[in-house]
Amino acid sequence: MIIWRDLNQAMVMSMLRASDGDRSSRALIVIGFLLVLLVVTSVLSLTAGAVGITTSEVFRTLALELVGGETDQTSSLVVLGIRAPRTVLGILVGASLAVGGAVMQSLFRNPLADPGLVGVSSGAALAAVTVIVLGIPAPLIALGATEFSALPFAAFAGALITTFSLYIIATRSGRTSTATMLLAGIAIAALSGAATGVLVFIADDQQLRDLTFWSLGSLAGATWPRVSAILPFIIPGFITAGLMAHGLNGLLLGEAQAFQTGINVQRVKLLAIVMVALAVGASVAVSGVIGFVGIVVPHILRLVIGPDNRYLLPACALTGANLLLAADIVSRTIVAPAELPIGIVTAILGGPFFLYLLLRQKGLVDV
Amino acid sequence: MFELRDVTVQFGQTVIVEQTTRRFRGNRFTAIVGPNGAGKSTLMKLLTGELSPSSGRVLFNGLDIAKQPARSLAGYRAVLAQSNHLSFPFSVHEVTGLGLQGTSVDRKTRSRLIRNALESVELSGYEGRLYQQLSGGEQQRVQLARVLCQLEASSAPDDEKFLFLDEPISNMDVRHQIKTLQIARQYAREGLGVVAVLHDLNLAARFADEVIVMCLGKCVADAAPKQAFTEDMLERVFEVGFEVSADGEDHIRVSLCDIVDTPHTPSVRP
Repeated sequence: MIIWRDLNQAMVMSMLRASDGDRSSRALIVIGFLLVLLVVTSVLSLTAGAVGITTSEVFRTLALELVGGETDQTSSLVVLGIRAPRTVLGILVGASLAVGGAVMQSLFRNPLADPGLVGVSSGAALAAVTVIVLGIPAPLIALGATEFSALPFAAFAGALITTFSLYIIATRSGRTSTATMLLAGIAIAALSGAATGVLVFIADDQQLRDLTFWSLGSLAGATWPRVSAILPFIIPGFITAGLMAHGLNGLLLGEAQAFQTGINVQRVKLLAIVMVALAVGASVAVSGVIGFVGIVVPHILRLVIGPDNRYLLPACALTGANLLLAADIVSRTIVAPAELPIGIVTAILGGPFFLYLLLRQKGLVDV
Repeated sequence: MFELRDVTVQFGQTVIVEQTTRRFRGNRFTAIVGPNGAGKSTLMKLLTGELSPSSGRVLFNGLDIAKQPARSLAGYRAVLAQSNHLSFPFSVHEVTGLGLQGTSVDRKTRSRLIRNALESVELSGYEGRLYQQLSGGEQQRVQLARVLCQLEASSAPDDEKFLFLDEPISNMDVRHQIKTLQIARQYAREGLGVVAVLHDLNLAARFADEVIVMCLGKCVADAAPKQAFTEDMLERVFEVGFEVSADGEDHIRVSLCDIVDTPHTPSVRP
């Protein structure tokens, strides 16, 4: 309680100080708060579900597992085997989607650039579905690729190709056109959707079951091997994003201005495209297409702490993780024992909220 | 020192800047004037390294500018571009601070530099305002403050630093037009090289040490304002009648003659 009051007080203080236009201390407080919140959400995520396990049991299982003690079979299996990987996956995917969105918006200098909206996720999904339905190309099998290990690679490649083409199409002599970007994104999404449709048409029953979750998004398939399959994509993605914060801030001023303030623009742009592809590809490979996280999270945070990527990117990672965990808890409890696909939950939460923000803050989002 | 060596810029068949050779040194305020499409901004972009010439070379301190990394160039020259659009809600303080990106100034110096820069463009007290909510002229002044921050944070000797301003005062009120040019001239007095594209001939004549008159991609006059701005020259370049009169010992005043409709001949090369 005392901590909460102190935090509140610090928040108000920092808001006052923010009138000097420097929102960096406010940003640090927000990041601290989001970290604490993530611990709470993670515990909730470990506790929530069809099998009733109390918070103290969750802690005991985790503690016993850490010291190597004897644990209760059921709760150990449920907590460590099912809920823990799901929670970790939720954190990774949520963080990736939000950071990927923020990076893409800086790259395009446009708050409406979202990997879900402009077809990057669909491109990644198409590549993944291709692997599921048509199988892995023979040369790759010779190299020891399995369907499991090939999926993240395929999704990454799909996302990379889409982001790259989108950037080429929408950018003429250093200027990225919003209208072209959105329209090209719609076209790319439609094309990927059509191609995915064809693949669905020729898929067999087993493949069809695998495919359904791609269109709506879900964390239901979470296992430890899946977590470790996407780590090689997500970790470099986050490192790249962290190194780019300055460069992305420069890009927000404009490409010429960024160059004049000393930024290697070509390198930042290339890194940004690869980062978006890594983050989106990895998320899509394990959880399908989950919309709105990449657009709503950066947007809200910009209103609170400003658009400085040095603070915005870590805050996005934490908020995205929190949001996705919360959405996942809702998705598996609201119609228990069945599950609502998480993409539906994020769309129901995100869509109206985003519209509300757009209407309220009309003047601030100059597209 | 910046140096253009026989540079030509050409987009397809259109020649924008033609075979221009010119050195830009420190301790000088150089104004570039000329009608629309004369190649003023293009010349500026060549100097700042934003654009590579179709032929010829652009050198900074004797080295090809294209081979110098962005970070090291940014330590020597700062540039205020013609249009500055921001799509995200930065505060005035934050935009100004972007001029310090990538430099290693500590927190205290940082806030001092930002404060001083905003003070010199008369925007003290605007720190918490959002950039989008400012008028066009105020936005231009915030961007100028950002550029000044970048110059001030640089550790290069003053006489090697350069300030490039592309139509810096186009949206400002009269007071701040003068204020901005005073800042530019002050920097030149301190040893920096200042190059500005200007449209107001009187302000150029009043503040600049030398003016370059451009027309159809060529420098047609390059001298102190008194020598460069002759009635004959201005009339040929701008296709409007001018009257140039002495204003005290050192200055000249340029005023418009009665406006008569002269046919526009865009292909004339004075």
